[in-house]
This record gives sequence, C-alpha cells and structure tokens, in this order.
Amino acid sequence: MGSRRLKQMQRAPPTLEEFQARKDKHQQRKDKNKRPRDDSKPEERKRGKNPKKFKKGEEEEEEAEALKELKKAEEQLPKVDLKELAAAKKTLFDDDEEEEVDEEDEELKDEFDLEQEYENDEDGEPVERPLFSDDEEGDIEDLNAANMEALSRKLDEEAQMEEEEAEAELVEGDKMQPRAEVLPTEEQEAIEAQGPPDLTAVRTRMIEIVKVLEDFKSMGAEGKSRTEYVDRLLKDICQYFGYSSFLAEKLFNLFSPAEAMEFFEANEIARPVTIRTNTLKTRRRDLAQTLVNRGVNLQPIGTWTKVGLQIFDSQVPIGATPEYLAGHYILQAASSFLPVVALDPQENERVLDMAAAPGGKTTYISALMKNTGCVFANDANKSRTKSLIANIHRLGCTNTIVCNYDAREFPKVIGGFDRILLDAPCSGTGVIGKDQSVKVSRTEKDFMQIPHLQKQLLLSAIDSVDCNSKSGGVIVYSTCSVAVEENEAVVDYALRKRPNVKLVETKLAIGKEGFVSYRGKTFHPSVKLTRRYYPHTYNVDGFFVAKFQKTGPSKFDDNQASAKEKEAAARQEAVEEGIIKDDFASFDDEDDERYIERSKKVGLLKKGINPHSKKPSASDKRKK
Amino acid sequence: MRQLTEEETQVIFEKLAGYIGRNIVYLVDNKDKPHVFRLQKDRVYYVPEHIANLATSVARPNLMSLGLCMGKFTKTGKFRLHITSLSVLAQYAKYKVWIKPNGEMPFLYGNHVLKAHVGKMSDDIPEHAGVIVFSMHDVPLGFGVSAKSTSESRDIQPTSIVTFRQADIGEYLRDEDTLFT
Repeated sequence: MGSRRLKQMQRAPPTLEEFQARKDKHQQRKDKNKRPRDDSKPEERKRGKNPKKFKKGEEEEEEAEALKELKKAEEQLPKVDLKELAAAKKTLFDDDEEEEVDEEDEELKDEFDLEQEYENDEDGEPVERPLFSDDEEGDIEDLNAANMEALSRKLDEEAQMEEEEAEAELVEGDKMQPRAEVLPTEEQEAIEAQGPPDLTAVRTRMIEIVKVLEDFKSMGAEGKSRTEYVDRLLKDICQYFGYSSFLAEKLFNLFSPAEAMEFFEANEIARPVTIRTNTLKTRRRDLAQTLVNRGVNLQPIGTWTKVGLQIFDSQVPIGATPEYLAGHYILQAASSFLPVVALDPQENERVLDMAAAPGGKTTYISALMKNTGCVFANDANKSRTKSLIANIHRLGCTNTIVCNYDAREFPKVIGGFDRILLDAPCSGTGVIGKDQSVKVSRTEKDFMQIPHLQKQLLLSAIDSVDCNSKSGGVIVYSTCSVAVEENEAVVDYALRKRPNVKLVETKLAIGKEGFVSYRGKTFHPSVKLTRRYYPHTYNVDGFFVAKFQKTGPSKFDDNQASAKEKEAAARQEAVEEGIIKDDFASFDDEDDERYIERSKKVGLLKKGINPHSKKPSASDKRKK
Repeated sequence: MRQLTEEETQVIFEKLAGYIGRNIVYLVDNKDKPHVFRLQKDRVYYVPEHIANLATSVARPNLMSLGLCMGKFTKTGKFRLHITSLSVLAQYAKYKVWIKPNGEMPFLYGNHVLKAHVGKMSDDIPEHAGVIVFSMHDVPLGFGVSAKSTSESRDIQPTSIVTFRQADIGEYLRDEDTLFT
C-alpha cells in the first residue's frame, strides 16, 4: 500500500536524516509512511507516533530527535504537496490514479485509528499527557531546549536544500510536461470527429497549446512547427466558441495567443448594463439616489466619466422606470461615451453625427452643448430614425435636426461643421458579447465592402468640416469593431487622401494605442494616437476611436458629388490602384539570391548538417 | 418644412391656450432666444429660429424631425398635442395636479388620475380645463383634462376620476412606433 505514492516522493532527505538521527529502521519507515498523510492532521500524527516510542522504552534524547524529525516532516509537507501537485498535473485526467490516492488516504486514516485505540488501551501515563495537548510548540521547546540552536540551524539548512531541490524539480517538470503530446494524432482526430465534441477536453487542449505557444522554443514538441499548433488552436476555438474559421483567425491574429484566449472568453460574457445621466434634466447624484430608492444596485462606471452609472442588479425594469420615461437617463454602453468625450463639443457649435441612431451619442453631444448651437443627427436607415427621434424627444434635446440621408451626400447637403462624429457602420467584431450572430455571419467579403464604405464616409466627413472654425475643425472616427481593416487602415487611407488633416490626441483617459504596423502593412506613424478598447482589458465593448484635426482647406471641400457619384469614383479608384499599391517593392534578383542562400544555410544548420562540410569543393573553389 | 398658415396658427394657439392660457405669449415672444413654429409633413415643430434656418438646407423627404414636436394635424384639420410637447406645457402650465408615488405607475400605464392618488392640486381648476400632471418631485408625467373643478373634487369618492388622461410619458414606450412617424 502506498508504494506508488512513495515512489513519487522525494527520497533523498530521509536517508540523510537516517544517518544523522541514528534511528532504527522501523522508526524510519513509520515516519515515511506518515509524511504523505493528510497534513490537516498534524496533531493526530504526533499522537500516533509518540506512544509507540515509549512502548519501546527509548531514551529521552531519542525522543527529542524523533520530535525534531516530526517537525521536519511538517516543514516538508508543503513541499511534498507541491510535488504532488506537479505530479497531479502530469496525470490530470488519469482518474485511476486519483482514486488510488483517495483509497490510500482512507487506509492511512484507518491505520491511524488503530494506533490511537492501541495507545488509549495500553498506556495512560500522566507524564505523556502534555504531548496530546494542542500546544505543539511548547512541547518541542521543552524537549529541545538543550541543543536548540544547533538543531534549528541544521533544520534550516536541510529545509533550504530540500526547497531548492523541489524547485529545480518543479521547473524541470514544468518544462518537460508539455512535451507530452498536446496535439492529437491523426487517429485521435478521426475518433474525435466521429463522436460528439468533448468540450472540456477541447478547452484543456486549448489552454495547453496556448502555454506551448507562449514559450515555443523550450516547450514545443520535436518535429512540430508553430503553425501546426496554431492551426489546431484555431480549430479548437472554432469548435469551442462557435466562430467561423475565417473570423477566428482574423481575431486571433490581433493578439498574442494568451490574450486572444482572454478576448474570446470575454466575448462569451455580456458587458455590464450602464446608463448615462441626462445632464439636461438631472444630476448624477440625484439620479443615483432616486434609483437606489427604487431598489437598483448601482455604482459609477469609472473615474473617466462623470455621467455614467453601472447597474449591477435591479428590482424594477431599468428601461421602464418613471425616471427613464421622464428622460433622466438613457441606457448606453460605456464604450459609446468615448467618441463623444473625444469629440468634446463646445457650446454654440454646429455639429454633425453622421450615423446617429439610436441616439445615445447624439443626445450626449446635445447635453454637453447644453442645448445650444445645432446638432444634425443623420441616419441612413429610415426605420432606425424612429428610435432616434424618440430618444431625442424623451431626453429633451431641442437643438437637433434629424435627417435621413446617405451620409456620403454630406458636404452637398450642408457643410461647414465645427465638429463631426462618424460612428461608422461596422462588422461589429467588438460587440460579439452583445450579438453572437457576428461569429458566423461575417465573411471575407464584409471585410472588404464595409471598409470601402467607411473610407468614403470618412472622406465625406473630412470635407464637411470647416477648417477655419475657431473652436473646432474636429472629426472623430469610431467603430465598434476591432479589425484593423476597419480602423487603422481606414484612418491611414484618410491621411493619405486628405493631407489637410492630421491625427491628434483623443484625450481619453483609457485605451491602448492603435497599431502602427500590422502583418506587413505599415501605417502613418501618427496612427499611434488612435485608441483601441477591448472587452477583456476594460470590460467595455471592443471599440476604436480616432480624432482628426482639419488644418487647412482642400479642393474637395465644396464637393457637390452625390453618394452615387462618390461610390462610382471610389470604385474607379480601387480598380486603378489595384491590390498592389505603388509602395510595393520591385524585385531584385541579385539581392534575392543572397537571401535564398542564407536561408538555405540556416535550414541546413537546423537539421544539424554543417553547410560547409557538405560542399567542400564549392567552398574551396570560392576561396581560390 | 414651411411656416404655419393663419388658420393653422389659430387652431394650434386655441389648443395651447387650454393648457397654458395667456402664457402663450412667452412661447412666441422670446427675445433672447427667438423660437418659431414650423410644419413638416403633418407635424408641427417648435424650434429655435437659427435651427429652423439651418434646417432649410435639408430636403423635405429627408427631414425627419427638428427641435421639439408639439403635435400633429389630423386629417380633419384638428390639432392633437403629443406627449413630446410636455416640456413646453409643463414650463408654462396654468393648472397642475401632483400625484403620489403610488399613483405614478398606474398613470404611466395609461390610466386616468383618481382622487386617491392626488397629492395636491391647484386651487382654481375649473371643470374641463387642461391640466398638467406632475409627480411629487415636480417631474412632469403627462397632461389631461380636469373632470371636476377643484372645489367639487374635494368631496368626491377616492375611486372617482379627477383628471382624464390625454397623454403620459409612458407613451414613449407604448407608442414608439406610431408616435414618431
């Protein structure tokens, strides 16, 4: 019994003790048997051990040493546990083993009981009684008083040595461990494909693969490439989270493997419900008080906004309280505050919201302007203007004009705005938590068509702004997508097409910098000033915000082209430019030759062949 | 979008006078922030003048709303006030009724105001006059027509109606589809 367990344990220290303690073998074995026991019962162990010694009639000194041993054993316990954990990790899904361990423990306990009974029957000496008390330290102190210092030093040394060993073993074990096959073999895959998917196994495998990818050099299995791991991981992500393989890859490429997993997991949970106080009608403190009185559990969103409240739970429907109907607040995602904060509208300005429905951002703009100036709220979809008008009226924004145009018409309809907010229609890859259908509905085509429209919208927005505006001349571009095609690429396109705008700081307290380069594409260095938001980092929807400042007029400013004409022009341009733009490098055969040569050499080296030894003649010739 | 004709103005002002009485002059004659009435499709909007001017650049079929919607003309030429006009009416209201917290929800679900729910009311309300309904915290909830004069309603049963409801802010939820085109 327990032999298997003992094998897993560290053997060396007990043998060392053996010499030092000059103990008889029987005693040794007892100790060893005891160590793996449940460490929640150190007292019992002591009780079980001590009587036996006295039965044997051993000297007091030896008893002291035995106690020392005990103490040592206790000190070892946590380390033993670590090792057990490491061992358990190795055999995470080996049920048999675990069961065996349980049995073992039970048996050990039984043994305990026997011993205790025995002791109770045999000896009732009053001298021994203190040993049974809870006061362990006292006992040890008494017994070791004479040689305390020496003993404790020895103990310390031993403990340290053991610790080091255990650590070394742990580190080694960790590194060795994933070398065990993480990737399934072809047969395993075939078996898996037949049965229903085992999601727990898939999940574990994903975690393991991510661990390998994090430190591929030391953890990757021999003869397996990184791509194989990534492919398997993507397949698992598709299976586990239900993404289309195209979208999974696109999103995966945005992050490091571990962060990507966090992102995918964050998409499974809904973001917290948040509301925005309508400062035209009330103040946040008053609103919070009234809602608390109605049994709503809430808290400010964060320090970066003074109007947001986060709802934890509510006894009343939060979208139908008298306060809601009276327009004291609006249900609005925290991420939707960001572009308006970046836009920073001032009083008495003329502002345009190009894609306004359902009106959360428009009403926020209006509130920041205190109902002065003028806000144009445009939306291309007529049916969506209904909710836009409802929200505008409910929140009491009287400085708005709601119109229903294709936003590309804009400098033609009316231009000369101080500020424009373009919250562009997008693929919605940032709000998968809200709309799970995105996972499968988005195809490669979407990621070409949507940016195509976004680029035209952004150019229209830039052309509609008055560059001579005293306070403004600002364009804010935002999307609820995390894809680079819809964000940095569009911004970069606008910077190329309209040299009279520049990116400026968004002045937002939170957010990560935009990508300056992505998978071989290099954007304008100022793209760094844009901001990205992810569900797993800020617990807001995935979002992107860029703020432009228009510095001068351009010949496009009085562009009277309609949306149709612009679309035609954009198509024409796309055809002319083609996929390969003029920034694409030309081929240089001579240069390429050198690179090919070098990579061949590296390839040979990797295989363990000395590239020089293979072709001695060739190299000799070259030398001559 | 166009200005109102003489007849239309008369119809609207008659209606408004029922709720805000002579205060109607403040609506039309606001020196530091001049407002105007505009008709777009069948709806009447109450708009700051500079916004009305800007809105002229938007074509009629594309103009969905501007400023504050007061109500609409019915096909028979009558004018009907919408709940969206509440903020204007509440500001200049002549007769007011405040309802207790326990009466708020029944009113917002579209019921008339009962005697039992009335917290306080203006002293001089005649019968069948336009009344604005407030919560006890002075939040406007809707408007209606008084069923009895204040003095008469003092000695009626708690379950009898004091004010007939015409519009309440619950309509933002209930009638969103029809209320805004």
